[in-house]
Amino acid sequence: MAQIKTYVRPMDGWWRRNPYFVRYMVREGSSVFLAAYAVILLIGLLRLSQGPAAWDAWRGVLGQPLSIVFHWLALLTVSYHAYTWWKVAPKTAPDLRVGGRPLPEIVVTAGGVLATIGASILIYVLVRWL
Amino acid sequence: MKRSHEPIFWSLFGAGGVLSALVAPILIFITGIIAPVGLWMPHQALDYARVLSFAQHWIGKVAILAVISLFLFHAAHRIYHGLHDIGVHAGTGAMAAAYGSALLGTLITAWLLIAVGF
Repeated sequence: MAQIKTYVRPMDGWWRRNPYFVRYMVREGSSVFLAAYAVILLIGLLRLSQGPAAWDAWRGVLGQPLSIVFHWLALLTVSYHAYTWWKVAPKTAPDLRVGGRPLPEIVVTAGGVLATIGASILIYVLVRWL
Repeated sequence: MKRSHEPIFWSLFGAGGVLSALVAPILIFITGIIAPVGLWMPHQALDYARVLSFAQHWIGKVAILAVISLFLFHAAHRIYHGLHDIGVHAGTGAMAAAYGSALLGTLITAWLLIAVGF
């Protein structure tokens, strides 16, 4: 039987054709940085369990220029994830009602962003001064 | 009808999404940028004795386990479902690898948190 030759539209680089899909890919791609960061923390915990010398060696690696560049990229992409997470929260979160009326979307998103800012300040203060 | 396991992984994805939206940027900024550079964060802030006592306290253990585990499950879910977007037609093996490595990371973290003592 003859091979049926059906045209299949090439999908290479599909997401680069539309800024909406580029933003989608950046958001999804942030998870690669998040996973890598979790692994870095896991290695840090391992080094912590091995004693002061191992811990200081791990800190030394984190001071390398390549590590700083990685963490800047991770910070940018993961911050974008945080923004998008709160942006869609009005659609993904349970229906929040005040006085029988659903909260306006902007209030939910702004509440999330403020929660991130508040948690960030709290963690900074605790790490630096507690 | 066979029960779907999706709710379990979606819950972990959602929990990791919320936690990372709240704390991941500041954690990356502190541990990866300002502490190593020594700008806005003294080098002593992450000294061995200080971080060890944090990891030995039960609050520290819960925080470390939640951050590492939920970040991993969140990322595993997105990476697994994102394979389709980059033209990889993933099957059960990829799924097991994604969630399996997140589970493995969780177990290693739990084990290390016990190993550092109380």
